Order: sequence, then structure tokens, then C-alpha cells
Amino acid sequence: MIETKNLTKTFGTLEVLKGISLTVKKGDKVVIVGPSGSGKSTFLRCLNLLETPTSGEIWFEGEQVNAPKCDIDRLRRKMGMVFQHFNLFPHLTILQNITLAPVTLKLKTKAEAEARAMELLKRIGLADKAGTYPAMLSGGQKQRIAIVRALAMNPDVMLFDEPTSALDPEMVGEVLQLMKELADDGMTMVCVTHEMGFAREVANRVLFMDEGKIMEDSDNPAEFFSNPQNPRAREFLSKVL
Amino acid sequence: MLDFLAAQWQTFADSFYRNFIEDNRWTYLTSGLLNTLLITLGALVVGVALGFALAMIRTTHDRTGRLKVLNWIAKLYLTVVRGTPVVVQLILIYFGIFAAVNINATLVAVIAFGLNSAAYVAEIFRSGIMSIDPGQMEAGRSLGLNYTQTTWKIIMPQAIKNVLPALGNEMITLLKETSVAGYVGIRDLTKGGDLIRSRTFAPFMPMLAVAAIYLVLVLVLQYGVGKLERRLRQSDRD
Repeated sequence: MIETKNLTKTFGTLEVLKGISLTVKKGDKVVIVGPSGSGKSTFLRCLNLLETPTSGEIWFEGEQVNAPKCDIDRLRRKMGMVFQHFNLFPHLTILQNITLAPVTLKLKTKAEAEARAMELLKRIGLADKAGTYPAMLSGGQKQRIAIVRALAMNPDVMLFDEPTSALDPEMVGEVLQLMKELADDGMTMVCVTHEMGFAREVANRVLFMDEGKIMEDSDNPAEFFSNPQNPRAREFLSKVL
Repeated sequence: MLDFLAAQWQTFADSFYRNFIEDNRWTYLTSGLLNTLLITLGALVVGVALGFALAMIRTTHDRTGRLKVLNWIAKLYLTVVRGTPVVVQLILIYFGIFAAVNINATLVAVIAFGLNSAAYVAEIFRSGIMSIDPGQMEAGRSLGLNYTQTTWKIIMPQAIKNVLPALGNEMITLLKETSVAGYVGIRDLTKGGDLIRSRTFAPFMPMLAVAAIYLVLVLVLQYGVGKLERRLRQSDRD
């Protein structure tokens, strides 16, 4: 579904990604872990071209994402993204936040989009917040709305960029719970996170990144967390677990 | 005591009569006010429209790297317009550019003040757009909206709300700046008061009346902007 070939990214003289090749299959739940500055967020943001890679190829559903002729706006509809800082639109109500993209892109009528939004809001128990503004919500609620906003586009894959890192500890659980439910529904997910418990429980594949490279790629998360092969991964896990 | 007050009142009434009633001198003020309002409103439309366009060019260039040539022109324009006095610009446009054409003086003033105001409005809009968290643009784009759609639906509504106080300030400045229109012979409010002074030689009364009218206009403007701000701020309450 997603494939990267020898992806590199440099900011000035700083090499952030040093040749990342990865294939994500439909239904995969890939969790990327690693220390700060290892390039994992940059890599994730390259997948939907929020960052333009310096070299290499990105393929999504048979199309090259970073080809000059590629209509990235069309591909992004199918790649939902959730940010560390939620990035809800503060001037719009919760309902408008969710319906803005489908309605603006004429994928749904206003009524259809609102019906779908209410359905999603009911599912996460926030239907009563439809008419309020983001400023009135807690961090956990905001992030769940952000996830729902991405889901309203019916994406084929969801990209999570440290979705719980900006949350108060007691709100992490509700967001992870929603992500788990998504995983159980069969959503393809690529998730950068520091939540090792979530990674162990939900991921079918764990990538350990450091210094712009994938140091360890494990399709057995339990094995990875109890017995990492890469020395850097071992050191990292001993610090965070 | 009463005599003194009565005498004072009589002096005031006489002066008032001479400055405003006699020969219908009040019409200097009303026709001047009309011109001032016309110039201000016209310049505001020109200034906001052109200023907005300049701001879009500058921010699009800064955020995406496109529009290199337009951005260079916009920067040059801002530097020249903000670096020279508005009176000088007005005289250049009136006696220079439009010298050979038979054109309504008020219209020339609208163009001159509009071109001038646009430079300031451009920087106000630009600061408003740049003040929006880049995450807003990323969130819009990640949902599949293109640059223009994200700018219009997500960035601009928030930016305009943020710049409203500064924009109100620019309107007030513009209104008062039009008082130099008399330099090219336009009979605006200030010139109207000055014309009365040149007839009656009263040092205070005509100009105090002019000052009072400007003040009232500014108060009305302030009230309007304040009301708009409160309406747009409804989403901030928590």
C-alpha cells in the first residue's frame, strides 16, 4: 500500500533521513519508535509530502507520491493524518471541523457529511460537543476529534505523529483506546509514538529508528520489546521501559 | 457676574454666527466632510483590495517559494511607498502622473491614498497570516484541501480576526491622513475649516469644529470595529 525506496531528507547540511526503504501492507499496524531527532516524524511527514524528500521514491496505492506530475491533494484524501498538537480549526465548531474537507472537496453534500460526522461523534461519545468550539474541549477530546476529522474522509491509511505526546497523562488512555479500536477495525496505521505499551499491544510491526536509519525492523513486537537485537535499540528501550 | 457670562455668551454667539451661519459658511464643512468621507472610503476599498493581494503574494512566496518576481515587485512597492511621505506621493500623482488628463481631483486622491494605504494594509494582513500556526496549513493540506482552499477556509478567517484591531487603526490613520488633500486643492474637511478661517480670521472656532468632526468619525469607526471584533471572537470563549 505504501512503499518508500531509499528515502533521504536533508535540512541544510543536516541529514535527517539516510535512505529509508519500507513497505507497508494493507492492514498493517506499523509503530515507529526511537529517540528524539532520529527522523521518525520527518519520515512520517514525507509519506504525505508535508516534507518533500531530498531523494528516493514514495509510492502509495500504485502511484508515485513525490513525482512532479502527482496530484498530491487527491492522494492525501486517502491518507488521514493526526498531529501531536491536534491542529483543530479554532474558528470552526466541532461539526464544521469534521465536515469542512468532505464538503469543500464536494465528496459529500453538507447533509451527508453532517450525518457521517454525527455518527462518528456518537461513536466516540462526543455527539453533545458538535456545536461547540475546540477551545472548550480537553486535550484528549481534541485529539479524538482530530482523529474523527481524518476518518471523515474515509482514508485507506492513518498516519499518527506522536498523537499522545502533548496530552496530560490522564488523557492518553482515551486517545490510545480510540486508536486501538481503529486497529481492531482493520485500519492500516503508521504511528510514531513513545507509548511502548500501545506499540506492544497493537503493532504487528515495530521499527526502531536512530540517526536517520531504520536500525531494527521487527514483525514480532513482543520479541522486539523483550529482546531487541540492535544495541542502540537495547539502550533506548532500557531507558524508556 | 451675570453680566460677564452674558457678555461671554454674546461673544461666542457672534463668533459662531460669523464662522458658520453668515454666507452659509457651514457648507464649507459639510461639503468638505463629504469629500473626506468619499476619499477615505474609496481609498479604503483600494487599500484593502491591493493590500490583500500584496500580502497574498508575499506570504505565498514565503511559504511555498513560488511567485519570485511578483514578490520582488511587492517588496519594492512596500519599500518605496512606506519610505516616502504621503503628501509627496499625492503631489507626484496629482501634478505628475495625472497632470495631462482631465480627471476628478477627488478620484486622484482616492487613488493616491489607496495606493499608500495598501502598503500598510499589506503588512497588516501579512503579519496576520504569518501569526497563524503552520500546523493549521498542514492540517488543511493533510485533509486533501489545496493551498488556495486551505488559505481561504482556514487561514484567512483566523488571520482577519487577529488583524482587525490593527486594521481599525489603519482606517483611523487613513481618515486623518486625508487631511493633507488640501495640498492639491481638494476641499476636504480640513481645507473647508481653513477656508472659513481665511475669511473670518478666527483662530479657534473653525478648526475646533473640524477637530470635533474628526473625533466623532473616529469614535464611530472605533465602535464599529469593536463590535465586529466581539462578534468574531465568539469561538475563543472557553
